[in-house]
Amino acid sequence: MSNTEEKKLALTHLWVAFAAFALAAVMGLYQVVERSGFFGFLESREVYYASVSTHGVLMGFVLTTFFIMGFGYYVATSSLKLPVWNKSFAWAGFGVSLLGVVLAALPLLGGAASVLFTFYPPMKAHPLFYIGATLLVVGSWFWCVSMIVMYMQWKKANPGAPVPLAMFATTGNAMLWLWTSAGVAVEVLFQLIPWSLGWIDSIDPGLARTLFAWTLHPIVYFWLIPTYTAFYCLVPKQAGGYLFSDEMARAAFILLIVFSLPIGFHHLYMDPEQAHGWKILHAIGTFVVTLPTFVTGFTVIASLEIAGRLNGGKGLFGWIAALPWTNPMVLAIILGLLMLIFGGFGGLVNASYAMNAMVHNTAWVSGHFHLIFGGTTIIMYFGIAYYFWPILTGKPLHSPSLAITQLWSWFIGMIIMTTPWHILGLLGQPRRIDSVNYNNLLTLSWEPYEVTMIFGGLILLVSSGLLVYNLYKTQIGGESYQGEVEYAEPIHAPSDLPEYLNSFKVWNIIIAVFMLIAFGYPILQFFRMETFGSGAWGV
Amino acid sequence: MHIDQLEKKWATLSLGIAGLFVAIILGSALFHGIHAPSNVETIDSARLHLSEEFAEDNLGLQRNPDGSVTVRLVAGRYGFYPKTLTLPAETNLTFRWVSLDVIHGVHIPMTNMSTMIVPGYVAQVKTVLRHTGDYPLLCNEYCGMGHAHMWSNIKVVSRSEWDKSNKSAGVSHE
Repeated sequence: MSNTEEKKLALTHLWVAFAAFALAAVMGLYQVVERSGFFGFLESREVYYASVSTHGVLMGFVLTTFFIMGFGYYVATSSLKLPVWNKSFAWAGFGVSLLGVVLAALPLLGGAASVLFTFYPPMKAHPLFYIGATLLVVGSWFWCVSMIVMYMQWKKANPGAPVPLAMFATTGNAMLWLWTSAGVAVEVLFQLIPWSLGWIDSIDPGLARTLFAWTLHPIVYFWLIPTYTAFYCLVPKQAGGYLFSDEMARAAFILLIVFSLPIGFHHLYMDPEQAHGWKILHAIGTFVVTLPTFVTGFTVIASLEIAGRLNGGKGLFGWIAALPWTNPMVLAIILGLLMLIFGGFGGLVNASYAMNAMVHNTAWVSGHFHLIFGGTTIIMYFGIAYYFWPILTGKPLHSPSLAITQLWSWFIGMIIMTTPWHILGLLGQPRRIDSVNYNNLLTLSWEPYEVTMIFGGLILLVSSGLLVYNLYKTQIGGESYQGEVEYAEPIHAPSDLPEYLNSFKVWNIIIAVFMLIAFGYPILQFFRMETFGSGAWGV
Repeated sequence: MHIDQLEKKWATLSLGIAGLFVAIILGSALFHGIHAPSNVETIDSARLHLSEEFAEDNLGLQRNPDGSVTVRLVAGRYGFYPKTLTLPAETNLTFRWVSLDVIHGVHIPMTNMSTMIVPGYVAQVKTVLRHTGDYPLLCNEYCGMGHAHMWSNIKVVSRSEWDKSNKSAGVSHE
């Protein structure tokens, strides 16, 4: 099967993702320097908030969405051994998403959409920002359709056979994203766009926050699933071993998809518009969604242990030393898992109904988010990129040693930046401030941490540069490379797979019921009680 | 279908860990007097000055017959009103917050006083401040260009000291 077109499709998506990443990384360093207050000439709140808004949109929405789409197309074609279904449709989705990014970038860079990537009303951005963000999501729905169609094509051609795990996870992610994006889509289409265009005078910010919370939690699992797909399906092979259990991996993906959806109210613990009972229900669900991560930790580490022992590692921990630490994907997972341990601990604090009050909306939250998203999730995107680039470009990786340096520097930079960030939160620093103006003794204690964070930001920017440089040099390299994606084999090939581990039918029904329970009344209540909308406010 | 024994054990153990966490969370939420703002009470943020409760004269501290104190505050870009507050320590406090414009959030570091202030809703938080001293009151939700300037300082004094300067029962305009 010739897959030149598939390679081009995937590579184009991935380049948009990493171009957005590189630009956002530059902004990141500027922000950490500006907010420290040690460089007075740099201080400008207008530029700062335009930058933070753009940084968030680029990292959170553009890098992720385009990476997931590019990765998904190539996983689909290489794992199912099928051509990408209707390539013009796929390119059309790419075009719609890219148009959305360009439209949203105009007001963002011009300072007319400095509402941050959470865009909570009643602060209003330029309508183009909302329209652009909508188009980005609509384009990604094209990708969802492609993934589901290809999955069905394969199932039809191979009745009863287990869907390859990587594609099972990718299709699950496409379905998750359709469910996830519905909340923010309703908010944007029925509230924000008509209101920003002046067609309606006021909207209810409580309803808007509730709809946004629908999306806000599962979106992080949309971002995480490619990382977990690499954990299960690519890493064991790269490490020289086998996947410990195919069935448990499927169960973990299903749990992630089902339980990441009805739990968004942990973002609203401190909000007045939802009652205790609903918050506690979502809190319980939040702890259920730790299960697939516990299972993943076990299966993935067990797979690594098998690889380490096959490589000759002996003793209780000898297998760790015997892992191929110079393989970018293996190093990425080791560093990613380390950050997951720290970040997961922080997440348990946030998820805890009572403890959250101490850290809610403080710098702790930004630190947590950067560690678990910028750390665990994104470092695996790098690992995937280093593995995919030679396959997609047909050229060997420009410098494997530079890739190793880049991954280590990303890890070190992330630890140096996020540890003080967490401490600042415990010392009471609010998130999203452009400078420290508070006339209080407590705020003096923040200064050393602000300084440390600058070094972290600097290392991260250098690391970003190394990544993009290496990928670019690979692309323009002269030598040729022949290779295909190799998926890890499970120790026991899945057989007699029950239908519920090989299809999403029953799970979609369960999700619908869960969402009805978790969000039905909490949304309905806004139409049953007397509410007072808000007009539009500038920034 | 093949599930390894070790994996079954680990899955059971994970379920136990998550179950233990949920039990602790529920225990603290139900029995430790955790009062996250969840009162679901609406108010017209555009007409606060005409509302009985949040008209300017009624803001600040109100001593209740049972000895508890209600604190009414309005958040608006970029400040908290009234501008200064002296609160009693070791006292049941009920904070009632409203916004007159956009979404704000507020917390007093090192305490449980934390809430989002969403326009259109009254956010009510009950807590007890254990330690006397000067605390900042900080806006923690991005609310516009002046977000980092939205703060004030509050003083927490012992109950006896506070009683001395707040002799009369009823509304205090401190």
